[in-house]
Amino acid sequence: MKFLENILHKMEPNFVKGGKYEKWNPLFETMATFAFTPKLVTTKGSHIRDGVDLKRTMMTVILAMIPCLLFGIYNTGHWEMVAATGDRNLSYFADYADKFFNGLVIVLPLIVVSYGVGLGIEFLFGMLRGHSLHEGFLVSGMLIPLTMPADVPLWMVGVATAFAVVIGKEIFGGTGMNVVNIALTARAFLFFAYPTSMSGDKVWMAGTEMDGVSGATALGDLATFMTDKPVYENLSGFTNEYTVWESFSGMIPGSVGETSTLACLIGAGILLITGVGSLRIMASFFAGGLAMGLLLNVVGGNSYFDLPAYYHLIIGGFAFGAVFMATDPVTAAQTATGKIIYGFLGGFLAILIRVLNPAYPEGVFLAILFMNISAPLVDYYVIHANVNRRLKRIKTA
Amino acid sequence: MSKTVSIRKGLDIRLKGEAIKEISTLPLSELVSISPLDFHGLNPKLVVKEGDTVKAGDAIFFDKAHESVMYCTPASGVVKAIVRGEKRRILEVLIETDAEQNYRQSDPINVANATLEEVKSKMLENGLWPLVKQRPLDVVADPNQTPKAIFVTAFDSSPLAPDFNFVLEGREKDLQAGLIVLSKLTTGKVHFNINPNQSSAFSSISGVEINKFSGKHPAGNVGTQIHHIDPINKGEFAWTLNAIDVAIIGHFFNTGIFDLTRTIALTGSEVSNPQYYKVVPGTSMESIVSGKVKGNHVRYISGNVLTGERKELNNYLGYYHNQVTIIPEGDHYKFFLTQGWLGLGFDKFSNSRLFPTFLMPKSKKFVLDTNTNGEERAFVVTGELDRVFPFDILPMQLVKAAITNDIDGMENLGIYEVAPEDFALCEYVCTTKINIQDKIRQGLDVIAKECM
Repeated sequence: MKFLENILHKMEPNFVKGGKYEKWNPLFETMATFAFTPKLVTTKGSHIRDGVDLKRTMMTVILAMIPCLLFGIYNTGHWEMVAATGDRNLSYFADYADKFFNGLVIVLPLIVVSYGVGLGIEFLFGMLRGHSLHEGFLVSGMLIPLTMPADVPLWMVGVATAFAVVIGKEIFGGTGMNVVNIALTARAFLFFAYPTSMSGDKVWMAGTEMDGVSGATALGDLATFMTDKPVYENLSGFTNEYTVWESFSGMIPGSVGETSTLACLIGAGILLITGVGSLRIMASFFAGGLAMGLLLNVVGGNSYFDLPAYYHLIIGGFAFGAVFMATDPVTAAQTATGKIIYGFLGGFLAILIRVLNPAYPEGVFLAILFMNISAPLVDYYVIHANVNRRLKRIKTA
Repeated sequence: MSKTVSIRKGLDIRLKGEAIKEISTLPLSELVSISPLDFHGLNPKLVVKEGDTVKAGDAIFFDKAHESVMYCTPASGVVKAIVRGEKRRILEVLIETDAEQNYRQSDPINVANATLEEVKSKMLENGLWPLVKQRPLDVVADPNQTPKAIFVTAFDSSPLAPDFNFVLEGREKDLQAGLIVLSKLTTGKVHFNINPNQSSAFSSISGVEINKFSGKHPAGNVGTQIHHIDPINKGEFAWTLNAIDVAIIGHFFNTGIFDLTRTIALTGSEVSNPQYYKVVPGTSMESIVSGKVKGNHVRYISGNVLTGERKELNNYLGYYHNQVTIIPEGDHYKFFLTQGWLGLGFDKFSNSRLFPTFLMPKSKKFVLDTNTNGEERAFVVTGELDRVFPFDILPMQLVKAAITNDIDGMENLGIYEVAPEDFALCEYVCTTKINIQDKIRQGLDVIAKECM
């Protein structure tokens, strides 16, 4: 590695202030600090510093998403094949290579577009502001394709990513300054700007334009219980089509990375063991969802209301949202108590929106976006409780 | 009522190079420095000129804001130079030491019968006052205030810290006298805070509240102890010392001699034989470390790795420091897959579990260098500061208030209780790599200017 280091040494003078390519310094610095932890040393205060840095933290999140990604690729390939053959009951465990390859052909461009557009814009802002790339988008860039329907046009992914990075993040000051989650901003943008491409029953399987094949998701089907023309006559019709195991393992149509609760839980394990993800948020998010599900069970009177509460946690993007979206530390509540309140309300609202608002079959991303906006309010009250404890001390003394 | 507190939040950074329990006396260095910069916020007025002859214990300068507070030389000799910096600010006064040390001799005082005024004026005149610090602000105590309590920490929990039991062995009488002196200075209590395993060593101490603090660093930080015993509110003052400085005060009252000699621990992974040495503050670093350093590219720190000051060989030991630490400099590139940010990281000690070292046994010690292990970033990760900050204070919010000069915010969030050293661990663990102690100090400076 001495060789690479020497090259860097040689190039460095061109990029520092006053050098030939001074303007390109952010780009150079990004590359250099990627390849080598820089030789910065402590100047003030503590002379030693923890090994942890934002790059490693973000890389761990990406690592945690790999199970979701791999499963998502295979799942996408499977449903593409279902759509192509028109056979809904196609065996899930066959033609592994074909399905994985087909899935890759669909998913890889999504990832490339998301990272390409996002990082391009980040670099642009970095050069304008004179700083190297900050790591936040490394995670957002992977989250965005995982929340997309397989059939979404690539240009839409590009537009949504651009919108999310510029409006969601850079105008607030970049990584660490954004108010709402970037990936969800992209998702929400598409949802509201191009609703026909993001919902309904035509988008979830790649290439579904054939008669006789419904490409709807479990949530889409469920939402029809709230209308006059349900897809299934009763709840058991639904649970036969989407068994607990299929829903949990993710062998159902849906956005690329969100279907498998199992893969999400593997990711959650990685995040929790390394301490990157907040157990408080994840656990309370699931608890909130379960609580709302049970509450609906108690109310009853409608097949959707009667859906067993645990089903809510394993279908749609609930687990994915709980593990990867709600835990985004920048947009979540920042105090320990606040995190519990934030997570619980997020899960609670997600199921509320999902069931009671037929216009939005999936409530998770809306609920998390809403809680992103509310997180500072939650924190405000937690901080005030702390301040009041201190003030009380004077009065009692 | 004495308290027993177990500190659960915190972090013991396990470094290589702990001092073995052996003391050597070092010859007095040729030059001894006394620097106003060791006392934050001090505006000194000199009382000596170059060429003056001074005895150990003679005043060198006093504080313009509190003219009664004298700062005295720890060694006798001739004032060789007054080193000035920008705007003729006094950086340090250098004393060329005598071969035979002369001490300014006062009469011993029976502390049991002494009055408040007597004790105070003796301490002020004879250079003992700067050993007493105050909270809020973490500066030399304002002699015109009456503290609600005085807190003495009898152990240091920071990395590689000297063992106070060992250092204070045989000085129980001085310590006891010093504690009696302190009890005259306050209308409240004197809290003497020990570690449970020190119970036997300090069993003879009486007349003070003895509290026990166990657990991880910062259990030994006086700020942590104050917070758990009797937290400071706005408008209140508490004074703080450590047991070694109390013994120095007691020694003066017992013998009439101002003897600042300290037993310091020379520690760190780059020291060939880490052990204890007897020196006076202001001794040149070179005379302390020469011939005892293993590495060739190292950082000399007066104090511990978390709060100490960076020194060069031609600098001098800080006034308050009981420790010198030498660790490797980290100013070299680390390839990302081997030693860098994405490497396995078996050599990285971390409070997060992002490195496999959290699985290693507690006996494993680490060699850490001065590399920041990353660039400065905005606050992204939350909750990591809370895990090492055993206060009912929200650390990140307080740091942010300090950075943004939000005076109301700082007051509400508890700036009056904290000192920069309380945030040393936060600074260590923080992913942002921001100099948090410096930010807190700047916040305290704003508070000192606007609110005190």
